Amino acid sequence: MSINATLIGQMITFTLLVWFTMKYIWPPLIEALEERRKKIAEGLAAAEKGQEEMDLAEKNALAVLKQAKEQSSEIVSLAQKRANEVVEQSKHNAKKEGERLIDAAKTQIEQELQQAKEGLRQEVSTLALKAAEQILKKEINKTEHKALIAKVASQLG
Amino acid sequence: MATEVHAAEGATGYIVHHLTPFSVGEGFWTLHLDTLFFSAILGALFIWFFKTVAEKATAGEPGLAQNFVEMIIEFVDQQVKDSFHGKNDLIAPLSLTIFCWVFLWNAMDMLPVDLIPGVATMMGGDYMRVVPSTDLNATFALSFSVFFLIIYYNLKIKGAFSFSKELLLHPFNTVFLIPFNILLNLVEYIAKPVSLALRLFGNLYAGELIFILIALMPWYLQPLLSFPWAIFHILIITLQAFIFMVLTIVYLSMAHEEH
Repeated sequence: MSINATLIGQMITFTLLVWFTMKYIWPPLIEALEERRKKIAEGLAAAEKGQEEMDLAEKNALAVLKQAKEQSSEIVSLAQKRANEVVEQSKHNAKKEGERLIDAAKTQIEQELQQAKEGLRQEVSTLALKAAEQILKKEINKTEHKALIAKVASQLG
Repeated sequence: MATEVHAAEGATGYIVHHLTPFSVGEGFWTLHLDTLFFSAILGALFIWFFKTVAEKATAGEPGLAQNFVEMIIEFVDQQVKDSFHGKNDLIAPLSLTIFCWVFLWNAMDMLPVDLIPGVATMMGGDYMRVVPSTDLNATFALSFSVFFLIIYYNLKIKGAFSFSKELLLHPFNTVFLIPFNILLNLVEYIAKPVSLALRLFGNLYAGELIFILIALMPWYLQPLLSFPWAIFHILIITLQAFIFMVLTIVYLSMAHEEH
């Protein structure tokens, strides 16, 4: 158990190990760690930014949605108004048309009534003439009394 | 051969055999081949594993190995950042090397005490001590290297004049107490490497000794004793590697600070 040349050998080995570690082992590993640290920090920052952007987008979306709702309700009320108008218009039209139809029918009825009256007058006058002829065949001259009969017939209408 | 020695010398022989290094050479120029070999192999293992990971290191999602390596790197980096505030590219890799290398040395303690020595005996080797931290040469090699760095940075950062002034006039700032100051500082500076090396050596040597003692017990007692001791030793080996690393950082940061 004595100190001897082994010490020198060990010191050489140690020096080599430290040199190698310092040159080839420590720097790449610590660099990788540092780089990862940076990456993580960047990732976290990006995540935070993304979250903020998402919040903003959500806000925007809500605003747009609200606007759309307002617009749609406006449109609906406008449409309702328009529909009412159309209904009113068509009611009015229908009434007018009905009145027109009624008028037309009345006119026609009037005409037909006139025609019927005319026909009846003719027929009655003819009948009266015939009846008078039968009764007064002998005593009444047809031609002499023709003017009188026509006068009566016209008074019948 | 070795087994015969055990038989001849009993328990003491067994213990001594396990704690005798496999060495060549005479006097100072003796080389503990087992210490040199195992620490070099473990150092290579550390370098190989970390280098493999470092080459494939990505800032993206790390794999299992990279995760493990990063855990160690971040742990060491945190220790360095906590104690050392200057700018020095050497200290962090140095601490990492010390932590991993010492940990791997100590971890050799977890192997069964007769496994590698047994294999060595079969291959004709007489002695084999597998835990490099039970060799004072290994622990002192580390602590002396750290000591040289302490002196180097003292001279580099503070300059020779300022450093000498600190040695002469600290802690008592009077010309009359210069000899006393020198004595105090000498003790302080020498105590650093000696305590570093002896702490690690003592802990691991004692730990290994207890494993060897347990191995001398009857077979039915061995699991009962070695199992708790091995679990406790997981703490010891990590803690000793950690202490060595932290004290190195502290000593070097002291070398960077002006008084």
